[in-house]
Amino acid sequence: MAKIPKASELPLGHSIPQTPWMETPVEFRPGTWCYGGKPKNLEVVGLPNPREWSPTDEDWKLPDNWKEIVMDGLRERLERFRTLKVFMDICVRCGACADKCHFYIGSGDPKNMPVLRAELLRSVYRKDFTTAGRIFGKIAGGREMTLQVLKEWWYYFFQCTECRRCSVFCPYGIDTAEITIIGRELLNLLGLNIDWIAGPVANCYQTGNHLGIQPHAYKDMIEFFVDEIEAVNGVRVEPTFNRKGAEVLFITPSGDVFADPGTYTLMGYLMLFHEIGLDYTWSTYASEGGNFGFFTSHEMMKRLNAKMYAEAKRLGVKWILGGECGHMWRVINQYMDTMNGPADFLEVPKSPFTGTVFENARSTKMVHITEFTADLIRNGKLKLDPSRNDHHRVTFHDSCNPARGMGLLEEPRYIIKNVCNNFFEMPPNTIREQTFCCGGGAGLNTDEYMEMRMRGGLPRANAVKYVHEKHGVNMLACICAIDRAVLPPLMNYWVPGVNVTGVHELVANALIMEGETERTTDLRGEPLLGFEETEDGDDEDI
Amino acid sequence: MGIQFSLMAVVALVLVAFLGVQVAGLNYVFGVIVPYIAIFTFIAGFIYRVIGWARSPVPFRIPTTAGQQHSLPWIKPNKFDNPSTKWGVFVRMALEILVFRSLFRNTKMELHEGPKITYHWEKWLWLAALVFHWSFLVILVRHLRFFTEPVPGLVHTTERVDAFLQLGLPGLYLTDLLFLAAVTYLFIRRVIIPQLRYISLPADYFPLFLFLAIGITGVLMRYFTKVDLLKIKELAIGLVTFHPTAPDGIGVLFYLHLFLVSTLLFYFPFSKLMHLGGVFLSPTRNLPNDSRMVRHVNPWNYPVKTHTYEEYEDHFREKMIEAGLPVEKE
Repeated sequence: MAKIPKASELPLGHSIPQTPWMETPVEFRPGTWCYGGKPKNLEVVGLPNPREWSPTDEDWKLPDNWKEIVMDGLRERLERFRTLKVFMDICVRCGACADKCHFYIGSGDPKNMPVLRAELLRSVYRKDFTTAGRIFGKIAGGREMTLQVLKEWWYYFFQCTECRRCSVFCPYGIDTAEITIIGRELLNLLGLNIDWIAGPVANCYQTGNHLGIQPHAYKDMIEFFVDEIEAVNGVRVEPTFNRKGAEVLFITPSGDVFADPGTYTLMGYLMLFHEIGLDYTWSTYASEGGNFGFFTSHEMMKRLNAKMYAEAKRLGVKWILGGECGHMWRVINQYMDTMNGPADFLEVPKSPFTGTVFENARSTKMVHITEFTADLIRNGKLKLDPSRNDHHRVTFHDSCNPARGMGLLEEPRYIIKNVCNNFFEMPPNTIREQTFCCGGGAGLNTDEYMEMRMRGGLPRANAVKYVHEKHGVNMLACICAIDRAVLPPLMNYWVPGVNVTGVHELVANALIMEGETERTTDLRGEPLLGFEETEDGDDEDI
Repeated sequence: MGIQFSLMAVVALVLVAFLGVQVAGLNYVFGVIVPYIAIFTFIAGFIYRVIGWARSPVPFRIPTTAGQQHSLPWIKPNKFDNPSTKWGVFVRMALEILVFRSLFRNTKMELHEGPKITYHWEKWLWLAALVFHWSFLVILVRHLRFFTEPVPGLVHTTERVDAFLQLGLPGLYLTDLLFLAAVTYLFIRRVIIPQLRYISLPADYFPLFLFLAIGITGVLMRYFTKVDLLKIKELAIGLVTFHPTAPDGIGVLFYLHLFLVSTLLFYFPFSKLMHLGGVFLSPTRNLPNDSRMVRHVNPWNYPVKTHTYEEYEDHFREKMIEAGLPVEKE
């Protein structure tokens, strides 16, 4: 892993290189790129050209006809995606997107301006697919597809987190995520992937989740949290697994089964479902909400996503409830029903406690946990003591995908305001549809990429710092498992003293459960306000 | 490189027209043949491009949502920035096309010591773009007086409103000023902002120079040198009624103007100016965010290989039984 300078010493700036961008070759600086996909991971799912390779190698071990493969792939995708075709043609290079990208703000590399990222592909498109480009070549902004260009594609399409912030500002709605998605799809035709994506894809396909947790281990891990909850408040929750006939199938990202602080969010789900008496089941087969196939190709996204409906059908549940996750929800909201539907074997989701029919999910039959919980709170179905979160001063980070691929903005806020007394918004340019990425979305949350993560996460961290200094914010809430993995090191780097939490961890802290013992700590074992243990009794009044 | 090339290209166009008309006397070529070729290319090219886009399907419903979704009844949705209905989409598109809603969001980022990042008010690009496009439209409408007989009332009204300042004779049209000012601003902006200059191609400068040259020749004709308006109208009416003539004595300036406009029309379908058509077809804007309510159908959705539950259970059956997990086959 490359060493990163201290936060105060990281060089920043937005100067422009001396050479035109088409003549500035890509430089593989450590800390700014991810390791190449390992052959075994490609083989599991049958992706092309599995081999050992490293992006810094001169020879990428490509098939001889690689250029033909890319160009045919591009042609095929132009015929399949109106987005690609329109976005290739209509950009006027007004530059409104340039300073909207977190990677450009943090890295200063002009090829991270969304417009140039797209031009990397557009220039090749122009040369081969447009009249002007075929006749006038470079004057018309065209360029030849070369190995250098391919390396540039790889470097910059894995330096975009598909967050879509630029698309909000583009006068034509040009969506760089769409260009990156298709760019990565083309690269995957040649076996050019990153292992941090290829590994989870292989695991998810074979074992059911990104981390490759096998069924018995998955059950064990969740039962471990059952003990943890009992230690906090004496209540023993009873989750079930792969149970046929349950009313609801619950699916959440596996990251929350595995690593703090996501584990506390998972404990939150267990506690909430127990308290309301939800008739639900976990699945070890569909044990992944996330979908790194989405960061590979449309086809791989569909292959991995298929498990959700397949498992719901096998278990005979009525509808599906989905946990806190970012890109998972873009896939569910904008792709799942189209790819793997229609889900006519399920019923329109209806909350068994409030009677609310989730009309907005009447076709996919899948409800977001914050929609579900907000409805419970609104109807007075939960007993809450927000003062149990008084040791937190909370702000909320809108995850990119639920914000810009769904519009899930108020639901989590409503919940937070009901379970916390101290909530402060970050500045308006950095939240809701204008939210900034955590710096590690779209499969880039790996350690060897740390410098770019810190750079890309700078705008988010900077906004947190603002509320940290102004309001003493010490807790950053989010509804995304990748956020929960990526934001803690980002906070440590830029804003020490701010922790990260899922929304349902806050819910569980406040949730008054039937038969619980008095709580003196939160789920993390940290003392609640008024229950601080002191080293020295004399300090109590301070 | 892009700037010089584009400027030279426009100068060359002016020279070609000047020499062609003034020296070679090819009035008919520049007054009739070239405009016909240009307008034909424009119409056919425009349609060809739009059909080209429309032929590619929209496999997924992927609007960029820029506001609260429609979900629980007590949460107020943002009906236009995140529409869930066709009506909402109609308003969203109207706002995009008529007042450049998305561009209006523009801000300017600044990086300070600390590091500290701030975001500032930046509506100049939006304003210049709006002024440019609307002025252009008004100027186009005004030009209809050359192509119609009798001239429709709308055209006269537009002229009157546009000349409301009542300055000079012939009266100054506000849009002439605004058009030239906006194009100049867009050009200067492109040159002096380093990032923007870095991303600019010849194809970004060329249309700006072309617009500028069209504007300047037009302004010269109206306010400075006199051209024979009656003969111009005769030529224009001839073109639209397919009885083309190129009367003598119109003045070379008119031919320069006409040739530049012809170039613009000819160039249009091959260029980024096609955003005029493309903006209507952008799937991140022109679809409702309703894909959980109504199934969106992908015409090329094909079956894929998945790892089925049966395969999964076959793989893990013993471990599952041992852990007390239910299985299909004991």
